[in-house]
Amino acid sequence: MDKINLTIDHKPVQVEPGTSLLKAAEQVGIKIPTLCYLHLEDLNIENKPGGCRICVVEVSGRRNLAPSCATQCQEGMEVRTNTMRVLNARKTVMELILSDHPFDCLICAKSGTCDLQKTAQDLGIREIHYKGEQSHYKEDRSPSIIRDMDKCILCRRCEMMCNEFQTVGALWGINRGFMSVVAPAFEQDLEKSTCTYCGQCVAVCPTGALTEVDHTNQIIRALANPKKKVIVQTAPAVRAALGEAFGMEPGTLVTGKMVSALKELGFDYVFDTDFAADLTIMEEGTELLKRLTNYLAGNKKESLPILTSCCPAWVNFFEEYFPEMEDIPSTARSPQQMFGAIAKTYFADKIGVDRKDLVVTSIMPCLAKKYECQREEFKTDGNPDVDYALSTRELAALIKQSNIDFLSLPDSDFDKPMGESSGAAVIFGTTGGVIEAAVRTAYEIYTGKTLERISFEELRGMEGIRHATIDFDGLPINIGIAHGLGNARELLESIKAGTCNFHAIEIMACPGGCIGGGGQPLHHGVSGVITARQRAIYEEDLAKPIRKSHENPYIKELYDEFLGEPLSEKSHHLLHTHYFDRSKVKVVIPKTK
Amino acid sequence: MSSIKIELHENQVNELVEVCKSFSNDPLELIHVLHKAQSIFGYLPAEVQEIVARELKVPVAKVYGVVTFYSFFSMIPKGKNPISICMGTACYVRGGEKVLEEFKRKLGVEVGETTKDGLFSLNCLRCVGACGLAPVVMVGDKTYGRVSPDGVQEILAEYR
Ligand code: SF4
Ligand code: SF4
Ligand code: SF4
Ligand code: FES
Ligand code: FES
Repeated sequence: MDKINLTIDHKPVQVEPGTSLLKAAEQVGIKIPTLCYLHLEDLNIENKPGGCRICVVEVSGRRNLAPSCATQCQEGMEVRTNTMRVLNARKTVMELILSDHPFDCLICAKSGTCDLQKTAQDLGIREIHYKGEQSHYKEDRSPSIIRDMDKCILCRRCEMMCNEFQTVGALWGINRGFMSVVAPAFEQDLEKSTCTYCGQCVAVCPTGALTEVDHTNQIIRALANPKKKVIVQTAPAVRAALGEAFGMEPGTLVTGKMVSALKELGFDYVFDTDFAADLTIMEEGTELLKRLTNYLAGNKKESLPILTSCCPAWVNFFEEYFPEMEDIPSTARSPQQMFGAIAKTYFADKIGVDRKDLVVTSIMPCLAKKYECQREEFKTDGNPDVDYALSTRELAALIKQSNIDFLSLPDSDFDKPMGESSGAAVIFGTTGGVIEAAVRTAYEIYTGKTLERISFEELRGMEGIRHATIDFDGLPINIGIAHGLGNARELLESIKAGTCNFHAIEIMACPGGCIGGGGQPLHHGVSGVITARQRAIYEEDLAKPIRKSHENPYIKELYDEFLGEPLSEKSHHLLHTHYFDRSKVKVVIPKTK
Repeated sequence: MSSIKIELHENQVNELVEVCKSFSNDPLELIHVLHKAQSIFGYLPAEVQEIVARELKVPVAKVYGVVTFYSFFSMIPKGKNPISICMGTACYVRGGEKVLEEFKRKLGVEVGETTKDGLFSLNCLRCVGACGLAPVVMVGDKTYGRVSPDGVQEILAEYR
């Protein structure tokens, strides 16, 4: 089709048919403010309710102002984005929104990264001419997420994320007019809903209405307690995003600075979740090979595909929606929990500390990990394997609070033994990474040969559902990958229907995998931020001297000294778990004839 | 609004399942299904919404969203004697609102609520087509015209 020509603020623009005025304006360097609109191109995520009207513009020949996010370009249009009429209309919209918004900015968790605050600043709002009633709701605290609906501006981005992208359906807009708000069914607490704690609603909320449960104070207290040894683990995706919180370009790796910062904060040992990721591969990879061998030997009881189980939001999801398939996922715990279990046994013994005096903290890109570390099955006599899980954002805040000038920090190395890891562990942070890591190890164990090529490009990418076949020396292994729970659901339905034939499937709840996790610095709707983090992750893998989990010398040592071998009794006890049926809607519907 | 949990009888559940089926369990028919369900149960308790959600395969949160969006739907059982006050233009200008206030005061409930003894529930209506009699109040099927705040006590007494 022919291109469309129009002018925006007198600048000529040529666009494809179907382009919105907002996108066309971007092409000529005009940034129109938005609030409800959200578009992550590379991930196929879009919210376009056209509801807030902060993005209005003047279109020649039209009487009313048009929302630029929801208006398509037409031939010959003359668009103005900054006339007095437009500026006044925008201010009015903003003042009306603010008239029902608390003035908590100075003490709000989102302050400084809040889109509403920034937009109000950009629009130069200095007073509010509308005085009205303010809506009040009770605060809702779940193990991972806080809902403070007084701050909700009803952009409905969270509703879109939870329903369209995740297909969880925990949140929906209710009531109307002044009373309307986004809430779980029957306005119950999030904890009673079907929420998986993926945190994707938090990741897109433009205000402080949705935030994570903050554990920084508990950590400060633990660090100040001379009786406690405090150790920390950092998830692979954190190093690829933490720098953003200090103004660095997305995709800047800050592994060394992050370790230095953690040492300055006073952690006794700075370890790496990547170590546990290597351990996960040993256990999960061995489980895959065992199930595969049984299956090939014709054992009808063996079910394939095997599904990865390192993402706790994904675990929550299938416990809720696919409880009948609970024997398909690997029983391997997530790397966070494997780390905790080994730290509070093997490592605690090594340094001669009682598990009660060892505080295990983790830095995670993830909000589901906050819930996960509180699960009863991960406690011994009430003492959790992982005491606190901080998000990447909380770590950044803690560093700032402690007067550490992050940008000028030198690089440091992780401590031994639980800080050593392979490149295979690093790529756990991105979609496709866990299964690639598993392939690297499973291939070599199964075939007894050394891989000629360590990078598996065919498993990489950003498409929501991907598949590839890897040749295990004559045995074709079919692999599926999904990120986002909606994509996972699609893949699971096709397994149920028997229309696909996978041996192994990797699933991550967040867009792009953990690099797009709900605890990461906010992407503010720019999907390039997530792809940049992905590049950084693969860069770190390439730079690692060891790139296969089974070659990590400290993992070998751990098996020699403590665990014996993968899937040993001790491994089962410490590194594996079982799943529950958590489907919430318990109405029993009698069979009808 | 808080939800009221009730135990549905098995045949009521079956009836509801049949209603959903009569709309082919089509999620696009959600509003019609809820409409029908309300006509059967008189209101839409949480349990009914959960069954509808499961049958139509939509999130319960969405069903609740729809139920709370339309004032037609109610999550509270109707009183034995449902009182409806006309808030159409004619009734409004002739003092319908004052009559409503008096009902609220006497019954101690808000619009959309039911008295604790279950005897009365209070609702507003748009023009009921009896403007000549404004302000108009209906209790069950019975219509009262030219109601003044003073007359409220008398109307209630009829049903006590
Ligand atoms: S955390 Fe995830 S599942 Fe829970 S409400 Fe938010 S988007 Fe939905
Ligand atoms: S909670 Fe946040 S994301 Fe959800 S509608 Fe309100 S402001 Fe938007
Ligand atoms: S994808 Fe990663 S960040 Fe997201 S919920 Fe799963 S483990 Fe957490
Ligand atoms: S951003 Fe365009 S209407 Fe909200
Ligand atoms: S306005 Fe009340 S009957 Fe018409």
